[in-house]
Amino acid sequence: MKYKSVFDIIGPVMIGPSSSHTAGAARIGKMARELFGREPKWANISFYGSFAKTYKGHGTDVAMIGGIMNFETDDERIIKAFDYAREKGIKIRIRVEDAITDHPNTARIKIGDDDGETELVGISIGGGKIEIVELNGFELKLSGHHPAILVVHDDRFGAIAAVSNLLAKHHINIGHMDVSRKDIGKIALMTIEVDQTVDEAVINELQQLPQITQVTRIAE
Amino acid sequence: MFRNAAELVELAESQNKKISDIMIEQEMTVTKRSKEDVLAQMERNLVVMEEAVDRGLKGVRSHSGLTGGDAVLLQKYIQSGRSLSGELLLDAVSKAVATNEVNAAMGTICATPTAGSAGVVPGTLFAVQHKLNPTREEKLRFLFTSGAFGFVVANNASISGAAGGCQAEVGSASGMAAAAIVEMAGGTPAQSAEAMAITLKNMLGLVCDPVAGLVEVPCVKRNAMGAANAMVAADMALAGITSRIPCDEVIDAMYRIGQTMPVALRETGQGGLAATPTGRELEAKIFGFALDK
Repeated sequence: MKYKSVFDIIGPVMIGPSSSHTAGAARIGKMARELFGREPKWANISFYGSFAKTYKGHGTDVAMIGGIMNFETDDERIIKAFDYAREKGIKIRIRVEDAITDHPNTARIKIGDDDGETELVGISIGGGKIEIVELNGFELKLSGHHPAILVVHDDRFGAIAAVSNLLAKHHINIGHMDVSRKDIGKIALMTIEVDQTVDEAVINELQQLPQITQVTRIAE
Repeated sequence: MFRNAAELVELAESQNKKISDIMIEQEMTVTKRSKEDVLAQMERNLVVMEEAVDRGLKGVRSHSGLTGGDAVLLQKYIQSGRSLSGELLLDAVSKAVATNEVNAAMGTICATPTAGSAGVVPGTLFAVQHKLNPTREEKLRFLFTSGAFGFVVANNASISGAAGGCQAEVGSASGMAAAAIVEMAGGTPAQSAEAMAITLKNMLGLVCDPVAGLVEVPCVKRNAMGAANAMVAADMALAGITSRIPCDEVIDAMYRIGQTMPVALRETGQGGLAATPTGRELEAKIFGFALDK
């Protein structure tokens, strides 16, 4: 079942006018920010489907940019997100795409700075609820509903066991997990949803494991 | 976890509990929190709803100028004593409008289940409270019961206008509100489900066709009628009227209608009222103005 909490239905508290096109957009933006790990210097946003047709009227653009600057769905600064972005020197580019996507409310966000970049595809499925369906070219399914760990690793035997053994050692229970790869034997991405927020120390330990390239933590 | 309306009603009736009890208990289990915690979070949402209605009843206007001020007009009309459909009904309608006018003006609201349909649940709650005199906890329960039925729709159909049309948004909101009114008025869990079914049946096929893609026209007035629909359906269910088609089958019908609905009528601003000559004219005016700025 996609919706698990009553507060997915009665909520979120948000700046209007649209839960999917404003609050959902802010959440996709915030997820991009969290996955990138810091404030970006630039953001390229592409809108598809209903997002592409109605983003101006719904404030989808300001909400997403607000999210990228770490604003919550009920943060009134969202309304003036463009001004805040300009003050911070964040360069924004918005494109409207014609391509048909699986979900009508789809956005592709690429954010970065001189040291790196992150690209993801997010969908807004209704009532402010979102899913991240692609991250840096990997397919995944991330709701942001549970704390999660994203691990980029070599696509070789033992990598998954090493990570799950380490989590077991720290008494961390895995609620959901999937692995996605672009090509056999190259790099792969583990998406692990867990029951409690994972300590920084555990993340550092994960990073020390052989075959592990990058570990990102997502708080609830 | 209940998966559909039938299971929800069965869970409540077999244990002699209310729908709101079942929803609160499930939330405690799923999120591993205490009852106090869960109620406290809902209390925060209720406060946001109260503030939004208050703000709307004082009069707001959206940036586009398309909506605003209708809640005030209705309140004045109610006070004139000339209302035909009844003061309680119109009070619900005006408060639903008030919330959505605030939403359209980029004000702070609580989505129930979405922002575009955020007027119906609080609108009806803040009207029936004058007749039913609920305690604070009973008002919170109203929101949990609404949430329980919204939860069923969201997991078995959709609450997104882009996916299922306005029937999925205002339709769902109205059904949720009707079910909650029934519980607050002392009806049974089964009657709540009947009210949900009766309401949603009358919202089937409703398209999402916002002028200029804005959550204003016709959204504000759809919330008005959604509130009216919920009030009448709740009364019908409390009178003992049942839906010949069971609640879950109505929800399933709504889902299938949404799937076959053309894209032009699913929140793309391309069909329906958005595509009328006046709709197009307003769109050009709004965005022309924005570009000049």
